[in-house]
Amino acid sequence: MISALSRVFPIATVVAAIMVVWYGFTVYLNSPWQIDRYEKAGIEWQMGDLVRDTMAHDRPVLPAPHQIAIEIWKTTVEKKITSKRSLIFHGSVTLSSTLLGFAMGTILGIGLAVSIVENRAMDKSLMPWIITSQTIPILAIAPMIIVVLNAVGLSGLVPKAMISTYLSFFPVVVGMVKGLRSPDPMHIDLMRTYNSSRLHMFWKLRLPASVPFLFASMKVAIAISLVGAIVGELPTGAVAGLGARLLAGSYYGQTIQIWSALISAACMAAILVTVVSVISHVTLKRMGLRA
Amino acid sequence: MTGFQRTIASLGGAAGLAAMVLAITDLGTSGIGLILGGILLAGVGLRHRTGVMPQARLDLAASLGGMVLLLSMLDGDMPAASWPLLIACWLVGWLAVEKSLAARDMSPTMSSIVSLAVPVFFGAWIIFVWEMLTVGLQVPTVLLPPPSMIAVRFAESTSILWADFQQTVIKAALSGYIIGCGSAFIIAILIDRVPFLQRGLLPVGNFISALPIVGIAPIMVMWFGFDWQSKAAVVVVMTFFPMLVNTVAGLQATQAMERDLLRTYASSYFQLLLKLRLPTAAPFIFNALKINSTLALIGAIVAEFFGTPIVGLGFRISTEVGRMNVDMVWAEIVVAALAGSLSYGLLSLLEKQVTFWHPSNRRKIQ
Repeated sequence: MISALSRVFPIATVVAAIMVVWYGFTVYLNSPWQIDRYEKAGIEWQMGDLVRDTMAHDRPVLPAPHQIAIEIWKTTVEKKITSKRSLIFHGSVTLSSTLLGFAMGTILGIGLAVSIVENRAMDKSLMPWIITSQTIPILAIAPMIIVVLNAVGLSGLVPKAMISTYLSFFPVVVGMVKGLRSPDPMHIDLMRTYNSSRLHMFWKLRLPASVPFLFASMKVAIAISLVGAIVGELPTGAVAGLGARLLAGSYYGQTIQIWSALISAACMAAILVTVVSVISHVTLKRMGLRA
Repeated sequence: MTGFQRTIASLGGAAGLAAMVLAITDLGTSGIGLILGGILLAGVGLRHRTGVMPQARLDLAASLGGMVLLLSMLDGDMPAASWPLLIACWLVGWLAVEKSLAARDMSPTMSSIVSLAVPVFFGAWIIFVWEMLTVGLQVPTVLLPPPSMIAVRFAESTSILWADFQQTVIKAALSGYIIGCGSAFIIAILIDRVPFLQRGLLPVGNFISALPIVGIAPIMVMWFGFDWQSKAAVVVVMTFFPMLVNTVAGLQATQAMERDLLRTYASSYFQLLLKLRLPTAAPFIFNALKINSTLALIGAIVAEFFGTPIVGLGFRISTEVGRMNVDMVWAEIVVAALAGSLSYGLLSLLEKQVTFWHPSNRRKIQ
């Protein structure tokens, strides 16, 4: 109990401090415009009025946290899910391409890792290029990929998911290669004394040993594939998805809308990572490993 | 030869034979070159059955010869026999790589040359196949331009590319990277003195590093204007948290024994920091610097999609896509990839120099 409290208390303090600083900046950043308006209207104003009014703008420079919370509440709970203005609708669009991309990336990553570990030529020729592939700012060229794939008639979920795939296969490859190579030489020798084949060694020893590494990589991969999905939504002409909400918000100066899309993306990332963690915890426990 | 090598060799030989047969039956369009190429690769691939001249050199030479032959006749109307020949070249090239990696009696210099040459050979193959497929199958250039076309466009528009490079990489990404990493480094050292802040900030920092921070780009463009300052601001925020989290973790990586030793020497806080803790943290810090070098480029380019002066990698990419000048877009991608790979390579070199003591950098005992 005390250890849990000593863990939560510092985090809560930091979060509270961020909130205080945020409110401070809300007043500071929005006040020039507000003061300007007071002076035009010739209203006598006190500090209290200023603080109250800066937090009630329609299009503030920086919205206050409670404004964002209200906006999120309005666009999730009070809107029908089918509505174009519902964040749940946009979130689910993003979520579906995130998950598809994550699944494809994980499968691709595992496949590459297995071939790299089992074949030396693959290891030597592929590994440097896999690392190089991630120094290319793929997110930056994501819009081009989307537009070009659209031009050949491939649109909707798949192009966005491909960007997520490109981003998420990398941590999986790196983690799985490490994991498949992690068995103790002693264990490998033991398997050899049993005269086990390579296939046997793979199924009974290497694959189980790699599972903790796989889950650690999947946590990184799912967060990064959400980023890929959001950026992938930017150029589709702002149709649907959290990325489209961001772009539409920036076109029309709807800062509250931008921030609420951002915060919901953040919550989604947190939930996705937590789900993977829970699955990892349960699986590792059932495998008899300490999670 | 292992069973796997034998399989590749036989498959390569069979593909060579197929190329030869196809070329003979379709002599009108194929010509004599393809027949000879087919015979050469079939012979090289199938020679393991006779056991003469098993060297990898011969496989490599045959593969390269086939590639040159294919390149020399590359146009939009490739004879059917060239596709099995391409497959034969690929398999025989793979065989050469397999054999040279499996060779046991190699000098250290030779083996380091091989381990450098293999990825280069692989990269060359990717570009070669790309060129073959896009030109040979007449893939629309809008979808995927051939590498030669990109190279020509790159050479023609170096001045535009250089201006974009300066705007996006030097002004926006580099300045943001330095400010973001530098401030995170200083704050990490300050936080390190307060355990309470450590326990509070680390989970929050970890959480924020997993967030889609690129999303703040439109907000930063609203706050700091269209020029490079807003892009640099995005880069600062993106690079800050990975650096913070890694530096704090690195500063905690010292062992109690080592700290005790320095305490018995009566070392001060700064001596402890400079002589023990920062060197121990160096691998973590370099890890963050490497992650951030890619993040910085991404941040700077993506931020340009939300508003920019008429120069910059992101601006050029989004406008040239709109005009369907895909070769120009790819030239910009080459610039971005070069910038990303070069900065990553430089950081890796620097890391090797700084963390020469780390187990992963020690020379392996054979």
